[in-house]
Amino acid sequence: MKVAILRYNAGNTQSVQYALERLGVTPLVTDDPALLTSADKVIFPGVGHAHSAMNYLKSKQLDQLIPQLKQPFLGICLGMQLLCEHSEEGDTACLRVFPIKVVKFDERLAQQQSAKLKVPHMGWNNLQKLNGKITKGLTTNDYVYFVHSYYVELADYTTAQTDHIVPFSAMLEKGNFHAAQFHPEKSSQQGSQIIQNFLEL
Amino acid sequence: MITKRIIPCLDVKDGLTVKGVQFENLVVAGDAIELGRRYAEEGADELCFLDITATNEKRKTLAALVKRIAANINIPFTVGGGIKSVDDISVLLDSGADKITINSAAVRNPELVTQASQEFGEQCIVIAIDAREVAGEWYVHTHGGKQKTDIKLFEWAKEAQERGAGEILFTSMNNDGTKNGFTLEATRQLTDALMIPIIASGGAGAKSHFKEVFEQANADAGLAASIFHFNEIGIKELKDYLKAENIHVRG
Repeated sequence: MKVAILRYNAGNTQSVQYALERLGVTPLVTDDPALLTSADKVIFPGVGHAHSAMNYLKSKQLDQLIPQLKQPFLGICLGMQLLCEHSEEGDTACLRVFPIKVVKFDERLAQQQSAKLKVPHMGWNNLQKLNGKITKGLTTNDYVYFVHSYYVELADYTTAQTDHIVPFSAMLEKGNFHAAQFHPEKSSQQGSQIIQNFLEL
Repeated sequence: MITKRIIPCLDVKDGLTVKGVQFENLVVAGDAIELGRRYAEEGADELCFLDITATNEKRKTLAALVKRIAANINIPFTVGGGIKSVDDISVLLDSGADKITINSAAVRNPELVTQASQEFGEQCIVIAIDAREVAGEWYVHTHGGKQKTDIKLFEWAKEAQERGAGEILFTSMNNDGTKNGFTLEATRQLTDALMIPIIASGGAGAKSHFKEVFEQANADAGLAASIFHFNEIGIKELKDYLKAENIHVRG
């Protein structure tokens, strides 16, 4: 199986690469449109800023390619947000695979809540209302690792939701496109299970 | 709901884990990667590796160690020890560290905090502060606690947050190594005053100490070393205890 990790200027492809290697898969890290198109699976990770990431994707015409890809595709963290319509981070028009908005956590609302919640949402939280293809084997008692200040609103495509200040989309699914706001590559056995489920699609 | 985090800290010298009592008399406890992997399997939420090697080869060996950790461990980890520049940070993040922690260099050059958070994002910049209480005032110490400064803990912590720190790792030098519990009052003042998560460190000796620092000081995470390394408290045992005490933890 050929698994491609999309290389771009929003780092941390290394951790995803290691997570795949622990599952016995050696991925290709590339921004070559031909290699991405011919891969069996494509993973789109990302830690960074939405605006500079979109500029990079545009400079390589990857903004045109990504929405057209037909194989199972997994966006992680910033990768998930970039698959949406628009992000408040840098007022950025994104890839529009999912017609959903990405907005910033409201810090004032966070301070008002009794538990004094923090922004960024950093740490382990659980997944609720699971109904996606790649969460097979997981329950609402399972925790995954999040690090983000912007979130994807709830929508028809939401396949898992998490509560932090407000309920938001922890996972999305639409046809061959899958996305996770958390980091499955850093989420212990539960994260490996999600990656394994994705590889088995 | 987001959980409280338990973070075992591994002081690393030449790839081995060491832990001193009140910053001196180092004792060797085992291989860093093996220990880290064991903690991850037992339910640790994150790991923290502090490199205390003091040689010229350090930068290269630390990057190599970070790669080995990233390849072998499936939970987030922070790396620190002697980080002085944006270049140092870049090498460690590229090697697979999720976060880096800066201590003395940030005190000496606060602008480094600003630069680092702008370059790599706030979420991966942890500012470690070692402080000692003297006559009712908490003073920041640098160089592994050896040098006292006139800088006050709360002022420095607030400045670090304003400059873009993603978290504060606060070690009470008065408590470190004593096993008498975390300092609660100062930790509480930090969690009240700051928006960013506070990791409490120094003094953990019993399961109840974690309950206290979460409940009474509202710490976001508790960090400890020797009690885990010498098997005095197991991570799973600690999590089970906290759950029974109605503290929201994972596992």
